[in-house]
Amino acid sequence: MTTPLLEVEDLGVAFTRKGEPDSVAVDGVSFDVQPGEVVGLVGESGCGKSVTSLAIMRLLPERGVRVSGSARMEGTDLLTLSDSAMREKRGRDLSMVFQDPLSSLNPVIEIGLQVTEVLKRHRGMKSDAARREAAELLERVGIPDPRRRLDSYPHQMSGGMRQRVMIAIALACRPRLLIADEPTTALDVTIQAQILELLKELVADSGTALVMITHDLGVVAGLCDRVNVLYGGRIVERAERHRLFAKPRHPYTYGLLGSIPRLDAPPGEDLNAIRGSVNDNLPWASACAFAPRCPRALEKCTEITPAPELVGGRFLRCHNPVPAEA
Amino acid sequence: MLRFIVRRLLQVVPTLFVLSVLLFAWLRLLPGGPAAALLGDKATPEKIAELNRVLGLDQPIPLQYLRYLGRSLTGDFGNSLISGDPVISEIGRALPATLELSVAALLLAVVLGIPLGYVAARYRGRPLDTTTVIGTLVGVAVPVFFLGFLLKQWFAVDLGWFPPSGRQSVSIDATKVTGLAVLDGLLTREFDASWDALVHLVLPAIALATIPLAVITRITRASVLDVLGSDFVRTANSKGLAPGTVRSRHVLRNALLPVSTTIGLQTGLLLGGAVLTEKVFVWGGLGTLIADGITRRDYPRLQAIVLLGAAVYVLVNLLVDLSYALIDPRVRLR
Repeated sequence: MTTPLLEVEDLGVAFTRKGEPDSVAVDGVSFDVQPGEVVGLVGESGCGKSVTSLAIMRLLPERGVRVSGSARMEGTDLLTLSDSAMREKRGRDLSMVFQDPLSSLNPVIEIGLQVTEVLKRHRGMKSDAARREAAELLERVGIPDPRRRLDSYPHQMSGGMRQRVMIAIALACRPRLLIADEPTTALDVTIQAQILELLKELVADSGTALVMITHDLGVVAGLCDRVNVLYGGRIVERAERHRLFAKPRHPYTYGLLGSIPRLDAPPGEDLNAIRGSVNDNLPWASACAFAPRCPRALEKCTEITPAPELVGGRFLRCHNPVPAEA
Repeated sequence: MLRFIVRRLLQVVPTLFVLSVLLFAWLRLLPGGPAAALLGDKATPEKIAELNRVLGLDQPIPLQYLRYLGRSLTGDFGNSLISGDPVISEIGRALPATLELSVAALLLAVVLGIPLGYVAARYRGRPLDTTTVIGTLVGVAVPVFFLGFLLKQWFAVDLGWFPPSGRQSVSIDATKVTGLAVLDGLLTREFDASWDALVHLVLPAIALATIPLAVITRITRASVLDVLGSDFVRTANSKGLAPGTVRSRHVLRNALLPVSTTIGLQTGLLLGGAVLTEKVFVWGGLGTLIADGITRRDYPRLQAIVLLGAAVYVLVNLLVDLSYALIDPRVRLR
């Protein structure tokens, strides 16, 4: 293996509040991203995937949040960088695309300025050059008539176009790492596929590594090289994409795959949904957090925290995984 | 845009009409009347009846109104019952004083309120913020006349830093241009007159500015807090922009939208505050005309001034709507 581009180690994020116990959102998360690789972070709402990405970007509020562990990008720990050094990196070395493109773009400023401001900041471009470059960027992300679009406002564009603008902004300085936090969730289904295809193309062309955060396994299937499955703030399974889909070992992953509706299923068959919902308090300290919802739970699952194991190139955290030969 | 402005200006007409009807009726329903007030001690029922006949107040109220309306449409708002002068020229003389005071107070409120609210939001929960929140609460709660008397007692009487009343020292022989004393001094290069007027202006302007200042500060604070938590500010930060750029370009511009509405509403309320402030500082503007007009039931004067106030209010809010369109491209004026 080459040196990883990003190496997240033992990342923990807790929200603190005076007079109340800390609320742990992310707990001991470790994963890495190789240069140019597409890595998925998958899990349902509240599993800590967005918080993980915001912690790496250092975009969490400063007050009331405690971040621990490290996130080294090319050897530099992003979590201990000074604010100003981090601002130099953000937008240039690593950037982010968010879920809702409408609320993520400033409503009162033209698209042009929102693209050029990042070019001026990190690539030292002057207004004219930045504007030309911005038009090219918009063209690259498939926005028709890009020159005229520079003067548009976000509300004058469709959701898909807005997300294209966000992607253009994020890729403007050719970062080595792009984090996309549910970039298609707020869009129409037909647009979703276009945006994913676009992302896939762009990162492949530019050699940008992509961390894809999603709850949608369909997104993962078409895009990611490796997949991290998160549950309750911890990674419960990680494997190369084909392996994970062919043989999910963790009961949670198994359940996630089983809950996808299939066209070839017999009519009337129930969806294989996972019971219950994510528990707010993470009982990882002395149990498996998934145990209360797990069909394969054993007695020890509620008494001993499962230790992470490497089983045949696969990272797994489970006392009673789904058998490999099943 | 132009159509919007014209239509809004036309809306002033029905507004003023309805207001004039209500005002006309309300004033005449008040106990007592101008005749009794004018005659004072010498009032006998016969004399009052006679004066009412002279003033036309013995006619049925609808008839009185129609006559008033007819004269108003030709620009004649009647003569003041107190001074006998045309109401229009009374207002013309008093307007600059009130205008100067209101503009000064509003400037003070806006120029201090927006930065104060912004800083409070930025240092949310810290002592500076807590002080601002409590201070503005007190500011809204203190009655204008009480604050006026306090300021006058401390800074004029006890400390002697500012003159206690009036708009200009008697010794100053200022040339009148616009009637706004500070501006006139600058225009005619009589800088001593300008300075003298400014010193007179300080205390009343502070008294009148307190409530709008407190309100604008609070709204700015709340609005900035709201914007700071928004997704597009997170995006701006994710671009690695300098904090100053994020603040001025992304936070402030969005946060100012609700603030501009507030400024419009507060401007409308200034006239009410001006009545009290002018009374305390013997300012001699519209407020003084209103106060005397009420005690002596000067119907024509009150009608004209209140209608003027309403017209100004509508115009200011038109300006606010225009500023909205300027700040926010999503706003279409139709």
